[in-house]
Amino acid sequence: MNFIEWIKQPWPWYVAGPLIGLTVPLLLLIGNKSFGVSSSLRHVCAVLLPANIRFFKYDWKKEVWNLFFAAGIICGAFLVSHFLSNPQPTIVDSDLVEELQQFGISNYNELMPPEIFNWKALLSVKGLIMIVVGGFLVGFGTRYAGGCTSGHAIMGLSTMQLPSLIATISFMAGGFIVANLVLPFILKL
Amino acid sequence: MAELNFINTDFEMRSLDTMCVNESELKHPFWYNLKYFFAGVLFGIILVKSEVISWFRIQEMFRLQSFHMYGVIGSAVVVGALSVLLIKKFNIKSLYGEPIVFISKKYSKGQVIGGLLFGFGWAITGACPGPLFAQIGAGSTVVIVTLLSAIAGTWVYGYYRDKLPH
Repeated sequence: MNFIEWIKQPWPWYVAGPLIGLTVPLLLLIGNKSFGVSSSLRHVCAVLLPANIRFFKYDWKKEVWNLFFAAGIICGAFLVSHFLSNPQPTIVDSDLVEELQQFGISNYNELMPPEIFNWKALLSVKGLIMIVVGGFLVGFGTRYAGGCTSGHAIMGLSTMQLPSLIATISFMAGGFIVANLVLPFILKL
Repeated sequence: MAELNFINTDFEMRSLDTMCVNESELKHPFWYNLKYFFAGVLFGIILVKSEVISWFRIQEMFRLQSFHMYGVIGSAVVVGALSVLLIKKFNIKSLYGEPIVFISKKYSKGQVIGGLLFGFGWAITGACPGPLFAQIGAGSTVVIVTLLSAIAGTWVYGYYRDKLPH
């Protein structure tokens, strides 16, 4: 197997996890920045529609690095999906395959199930909940919690902060509740 | 005086949100930000190749059907914590010779309530904010709507912030 074929495979957790962890010292060393992505959403609000709200009235120019970082994520993901993408369907646990089958989800060729996440779905109740309501909860919840998986779970836990541990446990609790108890009803719609 | 007041309020507001208080006093030209763009590119590549932006991987995580996500987040925290420990122990400075600052986060009810709400959204969309950007880059264009909705959610939080329990 040559290098290109090798690198096209999905990376195992023990490769990806440490690399994600190294983002913490990388950002600290290149400019004293705390790793965290959800702040970028706040900066977008501060730039586009501060509307005289105190929470958005700050000097966002000082935080513009965060928007550069977010733009980089889009480009990095674009590069991978065009040049280094895995040609095989995602290998998923058989129990999950069986469960999703009953909701008409059987395409594993992309990272998102195209049966749910497509433009036409926006016209259906299911699609609106999955795409619009879901996104709203992500934006509202992360800002209310003061951070997301990167800011709390990774940066916060790396610096041994109790509030971040509380936030991370809450993220997981929320996810477990909805994935197991609520999502089946949404997917049935 | 008016300007001083503005600056003070600004800092106060920013410190309420633990995510953006890293105060660097250094002034750099605009293009210095490009290094964060490249850091983002690397991060985006890792997010896609590790499949942590996959909706299926998130569903597996919340059903305890796979170790993958736990392994990724767990080992990221271990490596992050070790790096922070080394930076503190050897007093390592940033590229520009500044001491590296760590700011303590304060507990608020938001971490529980907001955390739960974010968890709900994470399970539905299969994405946290970083992966939202990555999913768009990887070609799921409809996620642009999810991202816009997340921005709207952030705005609505800002609007009602004073009325919410913290």
